[in-house]
Amino acid sequence: MSSSEQQSIDFAALPDSRGHFGPYGGRFVSETLMYALDELQEAYSKLSQDAAFQAEFDQDLAHYVGRPSPLYFAERWSRELGGAQIYLKREDLNHTGAHKVNNTIGQALLAKYMGKKRIIAETGAGQHGVASATVAARMGLECVVFMGAEDIQRQALNVYRMKLLGAEVVSVTSGSRTLKDAMNEAMRDWVTNVDNTYYIIGTVAGPHPYPQLVRDFQSVIGREARRQCLDQVGRLPDALVACVGGGSNAIGLFYPFLADEKVKMYGVEAAGYGLDSGQHAAPLNAGRAGVLHGNRTYLMEDDDGQIIPTHSVSAGLDYPGVGPEHAWLKDVGRVAYPAVTDEQALAAFRELTLVEGIMPALESSHALAYTRDLAAKMSPKEVIVVNLSGRGDKDIHTVADIDGITLS
Amino acid sequence: MSRIDSRLELLAQQGRKALIPYIVAGDPLTEVTVPTMHAMVHAGADIIELGVPFSDPMAEGPVIQLAHERALAHKVSLRSVLAMVKEFRLQDQETPVVLMGYANPVEVMGYQPFAQQASDAGVDGVLIVDLPPEEGSELNAKLQQVGIHMIFLIAPTTTVDRARSICDVASGYLYYVSLKGVTGAGHLDVSSVQDKLADIRGLTELPICVGFGIRDAMSAKRIASLADGAVVGSVLVDKMAQLVKSGSMSHDEIASHVAAIIADMRQAMDRP
Repeated sequence: MSSSEQQSIDFAALPDSRGHFGPYGGRFVSETLMYALDELQEAYSKLSQDAAFQAEFDQDLAHYVGRPSPLYFAERWSRELGGAQIYLKREDLNHTGAHKVNNTIGQALLAKYMGKKRIIAETGAGQHGVASATVAARMGLECVVFMGAEDIQRQALNVYRMKLLGAEVVSVTSGSRTLKDAMNEAMRDWVTNVDNTYYIIGTVAGPHPYPQLVRDFQSVIGREARRQCLDQVGRLPDALVACVGGGSNAIGLFYPFLADEKVKMYGVEAAGYGLDSGQHAAPLNAGRAGVLHGNRTYLMEDDDGQIIPTHSVSAGLDYPGVGPEHAWLKDVGRVAYPAVTDEQALAAFRELTLVEGIMPALESSHALAYTRDLAAKMSPKEVIVVNLSGRGDKDIHTVADIDGITLS
Repeated sequence: MSRIDSRLELLAQQGRKALIPYIVAGDPLTEVTVPTMHAMVHAGADIIELGVPFSDPMAEGPVIQLAHERALAHKVSLRSVLAMVKEFRLQDQETPVVLMGYANPVEVMGYQPFAQQASDAGVDGVLIVDLPPEEGSELNAKLQQVGIHMIFLIAPTTTVDRARSICDVASGYLYYVSLKGVTGAGHLDVSSVQDKLADIRGLTELPICVGFGIRDAMSAKRIASLADGAVVGSVLVDKMAQLVKSGSMSHDEIASHVAAIIADMRQAMDRP
């Protein structure tokens, strides 16, 4: 799509009143949940315009999360790569170690204003579960986290963190026993306990209004980065890079820049063992449109419309769908969606750790791996902002396993 | 007139209620489905709801989730479900068949091809759990063109305004979800169903069938006394799974065990 066509798109006008981003998004849920979603939408449209709500959200982001997160110039890494100047948006420095908490703070406040005493959440790697359990502990809410039995095995540390925070972790043994099944089970709980329960979805997917409200809560990342870049560099960046699983950290960074035509954007999907292997988690690269978890979007599916197993070394990207706004941004050509393999992401993980003394999450390492190649092709006068969406401590066991080292 | 309309009209004339069993196509064994459908009809089923297996059946409780998983393990697809309906129609031209499932397999086949193939196979109604009226109008239009009813759900949480707009687009019958929860849940509250049905009756002439939480002849009878029909699923699915687990049983034997449950319910529902 040419830039003149792009100019005619009013990015801020989407989604429409029924949650559609072009053909994507919407509200594909069973009838029982329609009332709960209407109720949420009504509460959110009121509160998002409410000064007291916004002030409380901002206050929590400043004093509990520790925002604004720095925009750090990775000088040594930039020099070694010999191309563009790379700035890292340090979401890894947030309380709980990732961008996820921006959203859980916002949604827990919504729950409070709506009078819901119980929150539920799904989690894959456990980051969103920990971020949910954290805000629930602080606000005195009951918290139940649904997690695939496979993921519980792989992420024992985060499971224990959630339990210490007072959450109940429910092991999901249906289907593929991973994130998508945890989300199914959370929906089933919600349908059963819809009167007193608030469901905190952890990414920009799910039925309307979730993709919109999660985007809005995460957009603090891009608003800060935009201001910081203007302050520190004196102009807007030339490119933005973020990893995309469901896509909340990416949309959080991209959204405040969408109207800035000259800023190029790259959402990096997980190519797993390679796009040709079939074992990956890259629906925008190798999937097609379908309906899952309440929205129409790109999915990893077979010819019969069954959702197929995904693979990524990064549990947080190991999901067969993607937020509907990304599906639309791909189709209109505003954002490019490349993919990098497990191997490339692991190499970037090691490189940033050694060169900058920053250990990134394996999710964020996908963005870094793509940045490596992109920076090398750009001039030292150009600037890339990368979302360093989380820290890598949680992944040390995974990396050690790959190195053949057993940690006690 | 469609098979669904004429069957429900006939029952109304007789002062009887529809008994609507639900099984998942291809569960627990692919070859069991069509014989079981016939056996259930002989035992007194009026309409058959056939579940279309899906990898992520979000509205189902544990019993029916496992049924979807078993059917998928046998590689049962939407296309094979349509083939089963076609096979059923070789012997039964009378009994209405409603497909119940999730949006994605239909999305992938395409609304137009699905409507056409469903019609060719002899399908009479389609209920897509995750296609509320807001998202279902396009499919509904395609189905109407081939004379298939799109069945919509009304839930305990549905407001009167929403129920009215659902009644406006629904045809065949309305499926009232008896409780807040998943299929097979154990907390059916008959008096709340009664209140809600009274509200819905004020909005539409369409028959109202009730499902979720009906597990035996007694609850089927109680629900049938309030509604135009009772949908029963998990108890049948669970029985079939147990029979297969317990050892070598022929397809006809499995079908006859399921039919016995139906006969029991039929008898209770028809008793004054």
